[in-house]
Amino acid sequence: MSVKLNTRQVGDVTVIDVSGRITLGEGSSALRDALRELTAQGHKKILLNLGDVSYIDSSGIGELVSGFTTVANQGGTLKLLSLTKRVKDLLQITKLYTVFDVHEDEAHAIRSFAA
Amino acid sequence: MKLRMKLDTGAKALLDHQYPSTLDSVDQAEAAILKAAGEAGFDEDEQHRIGMAVRECMVNAVVHGNRYNRNKKVLVGVNVEKSGSETNLVIRITDQGEGFEMTEVPDPLHDTNLLRHSGRGLFLMGAFMDDMKVRKVPPNGTEVTLVKKLGSEKS
Repeated sequence: MSVKLNTRQVGDVTVIDVSGRITLGEGSSALRDALRELTAQGHKKILLNLGDVSYIDSSGIGELVSGFTTVANQGGTLKLLSLTKRVKDLLQITKLYTVFDVHEDEAHAIRSFAA
Repeated sequence: MKLRMKLDTGAKALLDHQYPSTLDSVDQAEAAILKAAGEAGFDEDEQHRIGMAVRECMVNAVVHGNRYNRNKKVLVGVNVEKSGSETNLVIRITDQGEGFEMTEVPDPLHDTNLLRHSGRGLFLMGAFMDDMKVRKVPPNGTEVTLVKKLGSEKS
C-alpha cells in the first residue's frame, strides 16, 4: 500500500492525515506536493498526523525535514502528531525527534499552535 | 526469481538474484529478503530493521550506483552463514556503478547536516544491522555486505 493523504481544517490549523508508506517514489512525492501546495496557498499552521503511517524510509524522513524547513521559511510551523513506535524510533536515532514539535493528542496539538 | 538451497558448503543460500535498476526492484528485493529473514527465524521487529536496511541499500544501488541505467543490474545474495559459534544472515548487494568513498559521506547526525534532505541511508543501514561493510568490486561496482546475527538484540 502506498501513501494516502487527507487534508482537513480545524480552526486555523490544517491537519494532514497520512496513512500508508512514505518511501522513495510515490509516497514521498505525494507528501512533498501536498506540503508545497498548502504553503503556496498560504497555510501556515500545519499538523501532520502520522498515526497510520506504517513505514518511513530515509527518503520519507527527508520529506519531513524538507516540509519542516519549507513551512518555516514561509513563516509557518509544521508539527507532528501520533507517531508510531517505529517512526518515533527512526526520528530518535536520526536525532530529528527534538527538531520537530511532536504531539500525541490532536486537541493539545491544535491548541499548541496558538501558544 | 531464483531461490536455491546450497547446503554442502555450510552456508545456506536463501536468495541469489539479479534485479534491474528500477524502484520496483527495491520493493521486490525488500519483500524477498523479508521472506528470507522470516524463514531464517528473525522476529517481526528484526525483520522490519533488516527490511529497512535492505531498502536503503537497494535505493543507493539503483539510484546513486547504477543511476537507473537499465543495462546495469543489482546483484542480491542472501545466505545464512556460520562463523565460529555465530550464525548470521548475510546479505550482499552489489551495483555496477562508479562507487564512492565512505570517508567522503557526510555524518547525517552532525548539527550542520541534521536538516539535510538526504544522506541518511548508509547511517540507517549501519544502525539497523549488526555489521556493514562496503567494498569496491573491480572494474566497476560496489558491494555492500549487511550482517544480522540470529538472536541479536541490537535495535
